[in-house]
Amino acid sequence: MRRQFPYFAPIAEHSLLVEFGEQIDPSVHERVLALDAALSAAPFLGFREAVPAYACLMICFDPQATDHLAVKAYAKALLSQPLAPRSRTPREVEVCYDADLSSDLAHVAKTTGLSTEAVIAAHLAGRYEVYMYGFAPGYAYLAGVPRPLWMPRKPAAVRGVPAGSVLIAGPQCLVSTLTMPTGWWIIGRSPTRILTRDPDRPFLFDVGDPVCFRRVSRADFDANRHE
Amino acid sequence: MNDAVLEVLFAGPHVSVQDAGRTGLMRYGVPASGPMDRLACEAANLALGNRPECSAIEVSLGGLSLTCRAGEVSFAVAGGDFIVEHAGARRGSWIIATLRAGEKLAVRTGPWGSWAYLAFAGELQSPLWLGHAATHALSGLGGGKLASGQTWMITHAERRENREGDFPCPVFARPTHKARVTIGPQDRFFAPETVQVFLHEAWKMTDAWDRMGVRLSGPLIAPEGALDMLSDPILRGSVQVAGDGVASILLADHQTTGGYPKIATVLDCDLDAMMQLRPGDPLHFEAVTPDEAIQIARVSADRRRRYCDSLAKARGSLEMRLWSENLIGGVVDATRS
Repeated sequence: MRRQFPYFAPIAEHSLLVEFGEQIDPSVHERVLALDAALSAAPFLGFREAVPAYACLMICFDPQATDHLAVKAYAKALLSQPLAPRSRTPREVEVCYDADLSSDLAHVAKTTGLSTEAVIAAHLAGRYEVYMYGFAPGYAYLAGVPRPLWMPRKPAAVRGVPAGSVLIAGPQCLVSTLTMPTGWWIIGRSPTRILTRDPDRPFLFDVGDPVCFRRVSRADFDANRHE
Repeated sequence: MNDAVLEVLFAGPHVSVQDAGRTGLMRYGVPASGPMDRLACEAANLALGNRPECSAIEVSLGGLSLTCRAGEVSFAVAGGDFIVEHAGARRGSWIIATLRAGEKLAVRTGPWGSWAYLAFAGELQSPLWLGHAATHALSGLGGGKLASGQTWMITHAERRENREGDFPCPVFARPTHKARVTIGPQDRFFAPETVQVFLHEAWKMTDAWDRMGVRLSGPLIAPEGALDMLSDPILRGSVQVAGDGVASILLADHQTTGGYPKIATVLDCDLDAMMQLRPGDPLHFEAVTPDEAIQIARVSADRRRRYCDSLAKARGSLEMRLWSENLIGGVVDATRS
């Protein structure tokens, strides 16, 4: 069944999901970010928070102050106006590809038919953008892995993958922030903190920020690594 | 300054420090965390004369025992009906007493309930993360989990004699076997008959239950066809169905996005009482419209506000007891039921 977008789904007594599509698509994500930015610039009375994802925006509100219909009308009014471009800050993430930090690099090279250096070059050449955070604190899903590196997820998750691992699956890349199981491919390790420990800016990225990777030597990695 | 020093003798799994939670950060992958039963935690603080959002210890079915190494501090226990063993006496939850150096305090599973809150007349010192003590179980960030051998410090510890005694457990803090839901937002992945099965079959809570979520036992309600949905935001109360048809309810430390369809969402105002069910307890879902959900939430918030206001105002255990006995319906004393 085809749905008309934007599609508004009321949830429980406190949220409204605004869907703009069903695919990972830059123009769809652009709409998500535009509504997110418009809401944060002009929040309605009772607004609690908004959560951007690939193709939708979750809007949470206080049911003591407003209701789904009022929030839907507010969102529709924002969407009917010209959407202001968001300010985006380019971010850089350092990555070391040494073999003991990139346990799947050789396998990715074999599967894609590239040399490991060509895989690294392709990864570094990617133009990434933060599409959403999810799963766990600081897990930022970066879209933009070059097509030759698209790999399906592993059939089973690997446990105990260290924080800072640079992971890829399909068009997505992420830098893990916790030691966790993952079914994504480990191609490097980053000393860059996504959970920054800076109280004024606790998360390195905002959704929508462009991201590039910069290769660092083992010495630089060791000097800055997570303890 | 008066400090009280507590040493943990035993802590079951999932016993952690919580406060009102860090809201507003789901866009960074951070759920609010905070108490599984927010009403009980707030009640423990208010009855003690604290601000409602003060840090407290969340006690799971695994229980907690500790000893006071130095100082003295009044404490409150609220949530469920746990057994509170202190200074040779055995009592129930919804109680305030004073713990002194050399005394032991144990909070153990009792007649009903899954989560109890131990609040102190003072400031429980713990690490903060993003300004809050609420522990995020997956990362361990925040105040942290309790473990035997640890020492916890309470600064500005006071004895609040006029607060000591029982305080009332409202009926709406009792476990609810009926969870009201709105259908969706991803019900389109389920056959209409499957949604009816979800609403009309009997479910049970299971012991696959932690602060992130609880798996349900019941019919398999597998989504239809290939799951091609993108990861969407998850909320506290989302009922998510994995590809194999097993349903789970996402809770305080939920992941913030997920790629499994959410067949329904439990009203937030029903979640606290639902958390006091136990593994094996029956649960059924009742669908309401979004408008009904708003009305239900407003009535529920009013009721809660009246209860919390009266707790905060209550002075002296005798007066509190009189107050609770004079209430017309709606409130019972858990220790006497």
